[in-house]
Amino acid sequence: MAGITKRQFTAGRTKSQRGTEESPLAKWTLISIAMLFCVVFLLLPLVNVFAQAFSKGWDVYWNALTNPAAWSAIKLTLLVAVFCVPLNVIFGLAAAWAIAKFEFRGKTLLITLIDLPFSVSPIVAGLMFIVLFGLQGFFGEWLRDHDLKIIFAVPGIVLATVFITFPFVARELIPVMQATGTDQEQAALTLGANGWQTFWHVTLPSVKWGLVYGVILCNARAMGEYGAVRVVSGNIAGKTQTMPLRVESLNDEFQGAAAFAVASLLALLALVTLAFKTFLEWRQHREFELAQQASVSESGETQFIAKGKSE
Amino acid sequence: MSIELKGISKKFGEVTAVNSVNFSVNDGELVGLLGPSGGGKTTVLRMIAGLELPTEGDIFIRGQRVNDVPVQQRNIGFVFQSYALFKNMSVFKNIAFGLKIKKWKKADAETRVAELIQLFGLSGLEKRFPHQLSGGQRQRVAIARALAPKPSVLLLDEPFGAVDAKIRQELREWLVTLHHDLNVTTIFVTHDQEEAMEVSNRIVIFSKGNLEQIGTPREVYEQPANEFVARFVGVMNVLDTEVRGGVARLNELQFPSNGHADGARLRIGFRPYAVQVSNDLSLLPYRAVLRHTFFLGILLRLELELPSGLIVRSRMTKEEYAQQGLEDGREVSFQIKNYRVLASDAAALAPELELQYQPPPTMGENI
Repeated sequence: MAGITKRQFTAGRTKSQRGTEESPLAKWTLISIAMLFCVVFLLLPLVNVFAQAFSKGWDVYWNALTNPAAWSAIKLTLLVAVFCVPLNVIFGLAAAWAIAKFEFRGKTLLITLIDLPFSVSPIVAGLMFIVLFGLQGFFGEWLRDHDLKIIFAVPGIVLATVFITFPFVARELIPVMQATGTDQEQAALTLGANGWQTFWHVTLPSVKWGLVYGVILCNARAMGEYGAVRVVSGNIAGKTQTMPLRVESLNDEFQGAAAFAVASLLALLALVTLAFKTFLEWRQHREFELAQQASVSESGETQFIAKGKSE
Repeated sequence: MSIELKGISKKFGEVTAVNSVNFSVNDGELVGLLGPSGGGKTTVLRMIAGLELPTEGDIFIRGQRVNDVPVQQRNIGFVFQSYALFKNMSVFKNIAFGLKIKKWKKADAETRVAELIQLFGLSGLEKRFPHQLSGGQRQRVAIARALAPKPSVLLLDEPFGAVDAKIRQELREWLVTLHHDLNVTTIFVTHDQEEAMEVSNRIVIFSKGNLEQIGTPREVYEQPANEFVARFVGVMNVLDTEVRGGVARLNELQFPSNGHADGARLRIGFRPYAVQVSNDLSLLPYRAVLRHTFFLGILLRLELELPSGLIVRSRMTKEEYAQQGLEDGREVSFQIKNYRVLASDAAALAPELELQYQPPPTMGENI
């Protein structure tokens, strides 16, 4: 009997939804446009990257990835990410915590500043670092006197990338932390937990999905950043050349297949990132679904009991 | 003496949330902090817990001054209005959290949690997460979690605010039983005077940061310290009268002037139970039409409309109502058996005292 009522209910709902639906023509036109766009501008180029990469055979492809300059670019790219992601996590957690849990002067300013790297062109960001740390820059002389090299060296690349990826983790965490509020943390305090225990047992688990998501985006951008890195790195093959820079210079040297080989590796990284992101979203969604199911079956149960009692 | 507050004030910037409050709570007592929202009661509770620090005054828990003792070391159990369950932890882990932090031995902790799960009727739900629980279950988990480390005081902020009416009633009775069984000193905050009356041993009434009265439910109901308490606790008919010819009058109604001169204004209050109603029109001094009858269970509330349009509320048992053959629209006679002068000068009758916190009409009738 419950089944019948449920079916009637859903049937009623679909009918009422019909009224607000567009005609099939409009629906399919919109879907076709979206699909066509994705195929032409995303899928085809991606397929092309891999096709070009293998156009001169497996050996050329393999060599393009394993020659010393390429290998150095891969290592440098990974190194940048290794520095960049943890820094971002620490900064993101601190900033999101401050913004979500405290009221203070200059809060709006801080939020705006976090967004700055999104609005500034990466080239401009790179130039900012040249102005600061370049030979003619503010700290240029001091750095030279102390034999420190930032511009045209690995530290510069890391700095520029950190700047560019600055907002990713914080942006993901702020809404999550704001939604969670401070009640759980206060509860932990009343139960005797100190600040660190509260952070570790209560705060961190409640933002874990946001954090992981932010890390994925940050990592993807750190590996793929071109503009700012191009300006500060000097693009010296085998020394300060990251993968995106290598792709560009190979392309300039008319080594199409090799360029595409490195590009395919970057694209592969992007695909893995996307897949991982989708997987996480799916898991999160499933957790939510399971919770929904549990509560639905529970309320169904109570309804049944209530019914049984009244009859 | 379990808890003592001496001259406690709390200012948030320019705003005084709590204004030099003194009261104490005895060991094992169940005390309700009652007042309209913004009255300062939650702030008082949070200061006892150590979640807020008083601007002035001292707080003692079991004779020890705790002003400088951080929240972690006050040995209190706090139940938040939102319950604030750890949503990433199961019911079991939520309750065990305080024990884990306090480094209880694993076996002892497990025994304690199992004991509480049993006591709180949460068996079978140990592995559930907070979002998989009903409102009532969440609240029980929150209380069990607060009680697990054996606090010397249990503090509850609006414990029944977030559940629906029927469960709220059950939870109230359950809290009284629980308190009876565990005998832990308990302070809870509520804006619902009916709830405070039903559950507490003693009630502390706050308004605008001031402590208005402290007493047993019966004391605050029968001997309200001031107009605020009289009007906030229970239903009260309130009339603004003026003394003319040695009698305080409002339309048809007359009260002795108590020596006040002509022209003086008296605010008079009387409970619905003090209004006696009869179907015999010649029996009692005033006449009115029974405009509407509200069914509240055993008791009925009668709304009487005087010829001048004045409304007076009375109440009556179902049996008496039937016996007198009353029904809406009937003409009746009535008298006011006793009343209080709530205020007696022009200043006290200033519109400020027109409370915006008039309790909803169905409250307090069953007391």
